[in-house]
Amino acid sequence: MLTIRRDLVEAMIAHARRDHPDEACGVLAGPAGSERPERFIAMTNAERSPTFYRFDSGEHLRVWRAMDAANEEPVVIYHSHTMTEAVPSPTDVAIAAEPGAHYVLISTRDPDVDELCSYRIIDGEVTKEQVVVVESYMFSHTGADDVPDAP
Amino acid sequence: MAVTVSVPTILRTHTGGEKSVKASGGTIAEVIEDLETRHSGIKGRLVKDGSLHRFINVYVNDEDVRFAGGLAAAVRDGDNVTILPAVAGG
Repeated sequence: MLTIRRDLVEAMIAHARRDHPDEACGVLAGPAGSERPERFIAMTNAERSPTFYRFDSGEHLRVWRAMDAANEEPVVIYHSHTMTEAVPSPTDVAIAAEPGAHYVLISTRDPDVDELCSYRIIDGEVTKEQVVVVESYMFSHTGADDVPDAP
Repeated sequence: MAVTVSVPTILRTHTGGEKSVKASGGTIAEVIEDLETRHSGIKGRLVKDGSLHRFINVYVNDEDVRFAGGLAAAVRDGDNVTILPAVAGG
């Protein structure tokens, strides 16, 4: 299950709409081990293609280093499909190499309908998961480091 | 040349869970051969058909080695070699 703040969902969809007809891609960083996406990071699609994406390699390194320095990890890795459904393609599955990440797919094939789904991709196995959109992370149980609200 | 290699999560099965290991060599190819002697199987994840795997990024300090000769890229004493699996798809 992916619990995610609404503003982050809207940011990813807006990014995908903006880059359409090219695929958009990016990361939601969060505290390591928290399963809680906090920080929206749009990444450059170095392929600039309607059917393929790849993080720009220099940007990839800078972002990964910054996350490491802040004790964060890529909680969500997202990208968009511009003509097909919001489901990981065989290519997506073959290349996925962050087993701890939630892979969010957005489809921009329909200008009037937002399609967003989330998956775990571990050792080539794809599992669709529920997406729970919340207004804030207060009052919701989100991960192992969650501190209960004071009475 | 003694270098420090940052190992991504998916390759830590070859390093006993270590995220940072030492290696030596004058080029990326030599560093990988050296890693293979202590972390068996890692070379096969990094090199395919004699060149760097298409979806693995290797950096020497801040530079992607694809722009510096790939496996022939030079490394110097004290360099940081970072391995990151590419984030890509279709």
